[in-house]
Amino acid sequence: MSLEKNQKPQTEEEKKKSEMLLFLSSSEEKEHFLSKANRKILKDPLDDNNPITVQVLGICSALAITVQLKPAIVMSLAVVFVMAFSNVIISILRNSIPSRIRIIVQLVVVASMVILVDQILKAYAFDVSKQLSIFIGLIITNCIIMGRLEAFALGNGVYKSFLDGVGNAAGYGLILIIVAFFRELFGSGKLLGYEVLGHKGVTLAESTGLYALGYEDNGFFLLSPMALIVVGVLIWIQRARNRKLIEEN
Amino acid sequence: MDLVNLFVKSIFIENMIFAYFLGMCSYLAVSKTVKTAVGLGLAVIFVLLITVPVNYLLDNYLLQSGALTWLGPQFAEVDLSFLSFIMFIAVIASMVQLVEMIVEKFAPALYGSLGIFLPLIAVNCAILGGSLFMQQKDFSGIEGAAVYGLGSGIGWFLAILAIAAIREKIAYSNVPAPLKGLGITFIITGLMAIGFMSFMGIKL
Repeated sequence: MSLEKNQKPQTEEEKKKSEMLLFLSSSEEKEHFLSKANRKILKDPLDDNNPITVQVLGICSALAITVQLKPAIVMSLAVVFVMAFSNVIISILRNSIPSRIRIIVQLVVVASMVILVDQILKAYAFDVSKQLSIFIGLIITNCIIMGRLEAFALGNGVYKSFLDGVGNAAGYGLILIIVAFFRELFGSGKLLGYEVLGHKGVTLAESTGLYALGYEDNGFFLLSPMALIVVGVLIWIQRARNRKLIEEN
Repeated sequence: MDLVNLFVKSIFIENMIFAYFLGMCSYLAVSKTVKTAVGLGLAVIFVLLITVPVNYLLDNYLLQSGALTWLGPQFAEVDLSFLSFIMFIAVIASMVQLVEMIVEKFAPALYGSLGIFLPLIAVNCAILGGSLFMQQKDFSGIEGAAVYGLGSGIGWFLAILAIAAIREKIAYSNVPAPLKGLGITFIITGLMAIGFMSFMGIKL
């Protein structure tokens, strides 16, 4: 396992450093709950370090469930929940997990959180749970969660890990909701199921709103390739605004 | 004949990447050169070929409602399907560990070039997705599950091979700076997915 050999000294060093930091901050001055550093952890993933457009994590589910706004919102909430709590649990256990089996331990923790979410959705929002089909189960293998557990929760304190989890899940949800917004608006002329662009009748005379002017829905937005292209354009816009994110090649 | 249909369908029509976007993370991250892409693709085919049938057996003889009747009639009511996520992921994680050991032993060069992405196959959505779709599709026998696993693996392999080849060439073209790298890859994948949609018309 070259991966572990490379990572072990680093993570241990980081652990010591973060523990020292924690110790320092708790002994010298009580760190404020929303101090500048903590706010940065929470805010960074929304733009500069967005999990989808910059870290390239968790793309699978982001693309597949963005045809409509409602499942996208439900999915974002589910990911916020799973991510915050699995980050907390792994962060509590971080000093007692042997590094050889840490991936399996992480998977088990995440899988139990996902089972909780799945059962709750089946009980209280059955039609949404049907729409999301296998994608709730796929939260387990959502790379955002594993990636953040590996990169952050294994080396940081409980509260910071919680913030990191909420921040990253929110960054993920933000992209999800933006993509779903455009796809539902242009694809079916609705938002959350409401006909915001007017009602489309069988003939022009029966239509209201934009449809009365001859507007047509772009059915192409409902197909899966459009999700990729919308995300590609989003990345383009973000990097044009924030030029330090531009890749060399 | 059904199996051949299923095979073609799982490669082209229900392609893991272009139809369901499963396994996008490693697809985007490991597609910079054709060589590593081929290695990862082969590993994915192998893992899918094994885990889908194994999970099929687990699902049919352990997890589904009424699956435990072979133990005795008093178990006919037991439904353990809520445990399927955890069981599937455990099978996958152990299979990946096995593949990793095999590759390390017999192809150390490939092992070196795949690096971190080999253990990450465990969290490749395509693998878990294969098992979850298998559960939804309710195959009548284990050979259906095996063919489905093989077919979706090959579909994933083809997709990553194609994008890696395109990315090697696109390094020479003049892409707008903010679109370089990730952005253009997304858009190309979208265009490729449109191409793959033409297979949808085929009735099998």
